[in-house]
Amino acid sequence: MNSFALSLRMLHREWRAGELRVLAVALVIAVASVTSVGFFTDRVGRALAQQANMLLGADLALISDHPLDSVFEREALQRGLQTAHTLSFPSMVLHGERAQLAEIKAVSRNYPLRGQLRVSQRPYAPDSASSEIPETGTVWPDQRLFNQMDVGADTELEVGTSHLAVSAILTREPDRAGVLFNIAPRLLMNIQDIPATGLIQEGSRVSYRLLVAGEVGTVESFRAWAATRLKRGERLEGVSDARPEIRAALSRAERFLGLAALTSIVLAAVAVVMATRRFMARHLDNCAVMRCLGAQQRLIFRLYLFQFLLLGMLASLIGCLLGYFGQMVLAHQLGSLISADLPLPSMLPAVQGILTGMVTLLGFSLPFLQQLKHVPALRVLRREIGPPGRFGLFGFALGLAGISGLVLWQAGDVRLGGYALAGLFSAILVAALLALLLIRALSGMRRQAAASWRYGLANIARRAGGSVVQVSAFSLGMLMLLLLTVVRGDLMQSWQSTLPADAPNRFVINIQPDQVKLLREFFHARHLPPPPLYPMVRGRLLAVNGKPVATVEYPDQRAQRLLEREFNLSWSDLLPDENQLVAGKWWPQSGHVSAQLSVEEGIAQTLGIKLGDELSYSVGGTNFGARVANLRKVNWDSFRVNFFVIASPGVLEKFPASYITSFHLPEAQGGLLDEMVKAFPNLTVIDVAAVMNEVRTIMDRVAGAVEFVFLFTWVMGFTVLYAAIAATRDERVYETAILRTLGASRRQLLAGLFAEFAGIGLLAGLVAALGASGTSYILSTRILSLPYVFNFWLLPVGMLAGTVAIGVAGIAGCYSVLNQPPLQTIRNSS
Amino acid sequence: MQAIALTKQVTSEGAPLIILDQLDFSASPGESVAVLGASGSGKSTLLGLLAGLDVPTGGKVLLEGTDLFALDEDGRAALRGRLVGFVFQSFQLLPALTALENVMLPLELAGVNGARIEAVAALEQVGLAQRASHYPRQLSGGEQQRVAIARAFSVNPRLLLADEPTGNLDSATGERIIDLLFQLNEEHGTTLILVTHDDSLAQRCKRRLHLDRGVLVREVA
Repeated sequence: MNSFALSLRMLHREWRAGELRVLAVALVIAVASVTSVGFFTDRVGRALAQQANMLLGADLALISDHPLDSVFEREALQRGLQTAHTLSFPSMVLHGERAQLAEIKAVSRNYPLRGQLRVSQRPYAPDSASSEIPETGTVWPDQRLFNQMDVGADTELEVGTSHLAVSAILTREPDRAGVLFNIAPRLLMNIQDIPATGLIQEGSRVSYRLLVAGEVGTVESFRAWAATRLKRGERLEGVSDARPEIRAALSRAERFLGLAALTSIVLAAVAVVMATRRFMARHLDNCAVMRCLGAQQRLIFRLYLFQFLLLGMLASLIGCLLGYFGQMVLAHQLGSLISADLPLPSMLPAVQGILTGMVTLLGFSLPFLQQLKHVPALRVLRREIGPPGRFGLFGFALGLAGISGLVLWQAGDVRLGGYALAGLFSAILVAALLALLLIRALSGMRRQAAASWRYGLANIARRAGGSVVQVSAFSLGMLMLLLLTVVRGDLMQSWQSTLPADAPNRFVINIQPDQVKLLREFFHARHLPPPPLYPMVRGRLLAVNGKPVATVEYPDQRAQRLLEREFNLSWSDLLPDENQLVAGKWWPQSGHVSAQLSVEEGIAQTLGIKLGDELSYSVGGTNFGARVANLRKVNWDSFRVNFFVIASPGVLEKFPASYITSFHLPEAQGGLLDEMVKAFPNLTVIDVAAVMNEVRTIMDRVAGAVEFVFLFTWVMGFTVLYAAIAATRDERVYETAILRTLGASRRQLLAGLFAEFAGIGLLAGLVAALGASGTSYILSTRILSLPYVFNFWLLPVGMLAGTVAIGVAGIAGCYSVLNQPPLQTIRNSS
Repeated sequence: MQAIALTKQVTSEGAPLIILDQLDFSASPGESVAVLGASGSGKSTLLGLLAGLDVPTGGKVLLEGTDLFALDEDGRAALRGRLVGFVFQSFQLLPALTALENVMLPLELAGVNGARIEAVAALEQVGLAQRASHYPRQLSGGEQQRVAIARAFSVNPRLLLADEPTGNLDSATGERIIDLLFQLNEEHGTTLILVTHDDSLAQRCKRRLHLDRGVLVREVA
């Protein structure tokens, strides 16, 4: 029989005896956790790659504020790429006496190159995909425009000088970048009808797009070709630039999920160390007997190595299978945010999962298996002979290196992985140091303790090395549990509270200066607090410190885009709510104030604007200049009206301004808006409630998914707890039996056991709470960009939970031995 | 089997301590030899050296003409697997394995095909075929020792070493175990070397060696 077949048999026997269950469970959970996240992110990644181009309606878009040179299209066609044109601009659409500002989008044949248009024939009727665009002479308004214009099917809309027939209702266009801040409703029309409308004149604000799609490589080479030929006002947008808000949410979700998954790898390593250590201790005799029966060292090592390899493979495969089912739950939670049908995952996450399982198992069990190999055969005659030598942390070098690699790989981000690793290693170090200190302290304390407690506490001190290992392991497990419960709750709350339930859900723009007072009265008359009204002036940045701005000098695309359009400028004597000064001073609220500007720090950084810079703006052909007095941090998630640039009073008042406001309107008071629009017909009301609901749904679903992944880590935490208790169980069973023969009562034994476990649990809880606070601080400030709030409850909760949980679990783990006749225990142990 | 000037010396608290001193003796095939002596006389050390479980400070042990200590640890293990069987005071059965699997183990380690059939036969010889699927903890002390004996004989050893085989058993059970041991010894033509305190057990051996503080003080045939 070869040694592989024998290993297989031995594996079967060991499994039957229950020797390998903790190991197997730890591996299955770790692999399931890693693969469920892996499979899911793989699917999302594939979906996003496919979908992102749908969101663009193409693989690449060349966007311009003037008609594009036909050289681009010729080149694209020559390279075998598909092309389509769109142009969009705001314009009034008329029907009878009704007039409505609409976002007009004219498209050419082939549009869209990726994704589909969906239309319905009647209002609110089920929609269907359309492979056509509106025929010439017809238009497709969206549902909003359809309602606002009060049109029926076959009615005609006036667009410029043309009359165009409504032939369908547009329900979905792939390249509409969310509904967020789409102020005007949409009207889709055929590009061939544009000249007849007479709407496009010199100076019209039109966005021209050349859409391109085809083979990935060809698109890339075309992009490279086109990038060198862009003129002012022209830019390229690829798939990776699409839907930034969804990308941000998903990337945040992936980080959370990755973090959750990697905690289970770390815990799995701890469980593997404990379980294998126990396995080794229990197999010293077996190995000695086998050596006695003629087994060579090499054979013994091979037998156990094969067993572990087999176990690792089986557990990893089961873990992968579980992970595959797990990702379905994740896909159910999150999938609909991305696409109705996610593509099937690749096999890569399974490979990653199996590698995780094997690296964790072998990296942390090999040192023990090496020891088993060296058990002297003489142990059959002299039981006191153990394995030769001990290995230090160095023995785990391979495992630690492996796990570091896995953590970095899983984090997919060197910084995040680095923090996780640094947190882990410092937690172990701190736990070890604290444990040593406590053991010293306990040696002094135990003289005052009752006999059984003295015995329990003495045990901690006697097994100093073991106690340090146990405290470190427990505290690591508890650290994760605390992170998952208390800290996660805090983080989630902090994250979700960036979108409070009473966040503004309506924006009103276009408020004329003479309507400000009337609008306030309108709210007063309805016993509602009038919302804050902010003046708004549109201006273009001309020069910084007298030096004219030239977009070509800014390598950053965002900076270029910002400079090409007009800024919304405002003025205020007070620092707006939810704004925070990060540099400079706010201007005084009274007395003479020179012309000063307050700039949002993000845009200041993008445009390279510093405190004290002199900025020159052009507003409606008139120029003004002012010095940057301060930089502000703005919470953009708050849905409140915010401005990149705010001027001190006296600077902008002379320019024509309109006012903007945002407020929270409870659903029950929806009628208010109708009244408001009737009273002030020129106002444009933007309903962000729907948008916000969508955003909140995204957050809820992401949170649900993170919770699901943390479930694995929870189970893993308890596996570690079990492994730690099991690891010392045999020793305790024997000692308990000896104490029984010396006349110890059951109560004394319980107290002794509890004293020991509770002591370890208390310390572990303390270390875990400190670690969780530190980790939480780093997570919120460095990784997730959330405000950090210290949770005072962590310390008492951690210590109490550690004492009770580990004390009770320790007793529960050893309880059965109290009922065993001591003789049986002693005989079995001899 | 031959031991020549076998010496084992250890250092205890800085001073050399002689456990076995220049011991010479041999056992011919099929012979049974009892090693007697008080606690600390060096009996177990001798047994460990004869099996190659430990290394002597001086002297040699020849097994079927092979010098045990000219081999390395693995070489000795291989030789043990082929030639030596063991019976221990504490049985040394693997708790995770059934009786049958315990008996199969040395056969499996030696790579014998049909280990199961041979193991069943060995269990039958000790009268425990019907307990084959029981675990050690489900067997009485006497039964456990019978399984250990079946395991020892399963590989047809040339030399059987027994360390206080009845030490953990009551006298009646011990008696039956000894009967079995001698019966199998005769059937298999194995050389038996037995370490014991028990005079009545020693009486049944052809030769008796008395050890005192590591020295062979008396040999009775």
